[in-house]
Amino acid sequence: MDSTRRRFLQIAGLSVLGLGVKPAIDALAQSGQPEFVHGPQALTGKRWGMVVDQKKCLKAKEGCKLCVDACHRVHNVPSMDNPKHEVKWIWQTPFDQAFPDSENEYMKEFVQDSMKGLPFIVLCNHCDNPPCVRVCPTKATFRRPDGIVMMDYHRCIGCRYCMAACPYGARSLNWRDPRPFIKTELDRDYPTRTRGVVEKCTFCDERLAKGLMPACVDACKEYKALVFGDLGDPKSEVRELLRQNPSFRRKPQLGTQPSVYYIV
Amino acid sequence: MNGVKIAIGVIIFVVLVTSPFWYNFGKASVPPKLEIGTTEKACVEPTPYMKSSHMQLLNDWRDQVVRSGNRVYVSSTGKKFDISLQNTCTKCHAKKTEFCDRCHNYVDASPKCWDCHIEPKETKEAGRSDK
Repeated sequence: MDSTRRRFLQIAGLSVLGLGVKPAIDALAQSGQPEFVHGPQALTGKRWGMVVDQKKCLKAKEGCKLCVDACHRVHNVPSMDNPKHEVKWIWQTPFDQAFPDSENEYMKEFVQDSMKGLPFIVLCNHCDNPPCVRVCPTKATFRRPDGIVMMDYHRCIGCRYCMAACPYGARSLNWRDPRPFIKTELDRDYPTRTRGVVEKCTFCDERLAKGLMPACVDACKEYKALVFGDLGDPKSEVRELLRQNPSFRRKPQLGTQPSVYYIV
Repeated sequence: MNGVKIAIGVIIFVVLVTSPFWYNFGKASVPPKLEIGTTEKACVEPTPYMKSSHMQLLNDWRDQVVRSGNRVYVSSTGKKFDISLQNTCTKCHAKKTEFCDRCHNYVDASPKCWDCHIEPKETKEAGRSDK
């Protein structure tokens, strides 16, 4: 076939027209494409946070562990026999361990007398500047735009860099298969974890997606010692509490900017 | 003289190596019969797609839930489903050993889903049959 300049230009012109048709066809095909959306009841926030009001925790009956038990029950958290293998999402710890740098010689007296020696409730701080996220080599842990420091257990390779980086001890490795150690009745709505992954509190992202408060907050409804809300919303309950009370955070000098605040 | 020995050796070797092929020659391996475990007529997407690409779909589901927080799937037919292997898939496919496992064993696939996700309790009756 002899090719002339005219012939070449005709073919080139048609080809360009053809390219223009593709986006139009794509747009038509779009209608039947599957989509992913948020649930209708999902709670959304700019920066989720929690206020722990230890004075209200005082009003609870002695040895109250409602928040810890509720969390560990709904998330199938195992209770290991060997303390070295301990797995925990939320737990109680003495003042001098929760706030090692706020201690002074009379603080012990204050905690003993005015606070009845009550342990403090501690959990993952969901830091604004989370060191665990910086060190994770697989991006298995990451910070969501709403402030939750999430875990993607599928990606976790169990290297424990995050555990070394976290200054709050909020992360636990499953040294053994956790299933035989789940002492409560298995919550069939929530997965367990497997050997070799690190786990921690996720501010109950699965409950927020259904419009529910975190399990620990729900369990403490009667005493209201745990208050959860959006720190990015000036009208929220947490912000109101922080406006009315002096508050402090764990190890603030490290610059991690925790989202869990304490009131005493 | 060595040539004959080598030829015999090669023949024996070839026969031995290909023996599994001859052993199964002419017998088609029967694909497993799957118990869907439900009276529900349609899965989240059409059956041929689910057969060929459920693993891809589950991967997308996982990434959307864990990494983007999107927990509702709007299928190509416009129906909405809660994204959950444990709470959506297995409500219909309630017989894991007669559905997932049968085919995975047949094709020698061993996905690790159930290391963490809890298997459905298998009963004699079908799974979800309402709706």
